[in-house]
Amino acid sequence: MSALSLPEVSPRRRRTDRIMRGVMLAATLLALVPLVLVIFYLLKEGLGSINGAFFTQDPSGSFFGNVGGVRSAILGSVEIVLLATVIAVPIGIGVALYLTEYGTDSRFATVVRYFVDVMTGVPSIVFGLFIYISLVLSHVGGNFTAWKGSVALALLMLPIIIRSAEVVLLLVPASLREAALALGAPRWRIIRKVVLPTAAPGLVTGSLLAVARGMGETAPLLFTAAGASGLTFSLSQQMNSLPLQIYNDVLSPRSAIVSQAWAAGLTLVAMVLILNLIARAISRRSRVA
Amino acid sequence: MIPSETRSKEPTMSTARGPVPDQEEAAPDLSAMGERRAGHGITVNGLNAYYGAQHAVKNVDIDFPANEVTAIIGPSGSGKSTVVRCINRMHEEIPGARAEGSIKLDELDVYDPGVDLTAVRRMIGMVFQKPNPFPTMSIFDNVAAGLRLTGTKSDNLRERVHRSLRAVGLWGEVKNRLNAPGIGLSGGQQQRLCIARTVAVEPEVILMDEPCSALDPIATLKVEELIDELKARYTIVIVTHNMQQAARVANSTVFMLDGEVVEHAPTNDIFTNPKDERTERYVTGKFG
Repeated sequence: MSALSLPEVSPRRRRTDRIMRGVMLAATLLALVPLVLVIFYLLKEGLGSINGAFFTQDPSGSFFGNVGGVRSAILGSVEIVLLATVIAVPIGIGVALYLTEYGTDSRFATVVRYFVDVMTGVPSIVFGLFIYISLVLSHVGGNFTAWKGSVALALLMLPIIIRSAEVVLLLVPASLREAALALGAPRWRIIRKVVLPTAAPGLVTGSLLAVARGMGETAPLLFTAAGASGLTFSLSQQMNSLPLQIYNDVLSPRSAIVSQAWAAGLTLVAMVLILNLIARAISRRSRVA
Repeated sequence: MIPSETRSKEPTMSTARGPVPDQEEAAPDLSAMGERRAGHGITVNGLNAYYGAQHAVKNVDIDFPANEVTAIIGPSGSGKSTVVRCINRMHEEIPGARAEGSIKLDELDVYDPGVDLTAVRRMIGMVFQKPNPFPTMSIFDNVAAGLRLTGTKSDNLRERVHRSLRAVGLWGEVKNRLNAPGIGLSGGQQQRLCIARTVAVEPEVILMDEPCSALDPIATLKVEELIDELKARYTIVIVTHNMQQAARVANSTVFMLDGEVVEHAPTNDIFTNPKDERTERYVTGKFG
């Protein structure tokens, strides 16, 4: 009886393995370069302009003297996105509920799904243009108003919410729906008391990611909410927002205003980051998936 | 409609019992639900069920007598579960599935076009193969779910939940943590929780689709004891793969094969003196 022996790994295989690992590591590092640079420059250029006045004053817009802050832009962004969320989340979750609970594999549901996919790929400026043509040029309730910006953002957020909500609703086990049906519950009550509560963390996560996406968009706001620099809480007036403020500031010849744009950019990234962190924290508590 | 004099008396009964006794109640305590009551039998006539083009149940006639346990046995794919799911009309929830024939709960036609589907399911409760408590709900809410989900107004919800938990012998194990999540219980406890949820709605019939197949032997034994108790108040149909289980709990047993009923006889006869050769081969383990 000869002793058991395993063949050695050939030097060629060892060499190939090392090379391929190296290539993949290099690709990863290369992809990280722009990410790191973006954050580095935001901090380097923006951090200096962040002070008390940055958060408590409105942009002065003047080339001389005090540049002011971006208070109106931060509050404007929050307001516009809040209204967009109020519009998009109920509709989006409603559509997703239709797709998972009622439409399932019907022809109509398939068509809806296809259009939602197409909408996901539509460039954000197209939503801005659409609202510009349909709501701004027609002078519905004024020319440029904040709520029209919200509608444009809502259109942008809608397909993201529908898609993420549909995925989460499909993760609710069929056995729970069966259990509720067998108890004699009507479908609407099953949706309200079983399906939605079970999927809730995932629905919140998906919606927050859509909110974060909408927060950073400039194009839909350019020709809809178009930017007054003063502070306003009226959604039927022009309203400032962070993306618009950055867009205007970087074009300024004055360096103090340009660095304010960097600071505003940093603020925007921080807000989106916080939303993402919240979304992740909630999804970790999810009961499905 | 089904007469329900027995039900209306219950609330006063349980208040007469006084405060909740403190000692552990390991055994199912059906007296908590009230006295023995006359249940209602089910008559299946000429039932044919399909999944798309597949003919899963063929011309089935079965009588399920009131206040008895009837077991349905047979190899996988013989249509046992489908028959049971036709009784509470859960079969038609599957896309492409349909059923023809007549199923009556006493004189009430379950498939009458004018009948309210949800009312049928409230009268005919169901326990599934895998325990499926609602994960977002506490133990208490899980038992109350049947009442809340059906919009049943109940002045004594707490009372009914406690009674149902006592009836399935779970009270002693959970009375100190009624607000803990239902999915925190063990598999066997979860299944008894699901039975409590079904019982809380006060159905006339309880269908059980392989209720013990996901449970260990001790939990299985507890559920079987419970089934034996439950027949005092309910008509029970149990689908099982486990022939010993059928022998232990059922008054009569139906043997199904390829979507047809081969034999329906008192359980003892099915296992000791089957009339049909195929039944004999199956119960002696020669095929299936």
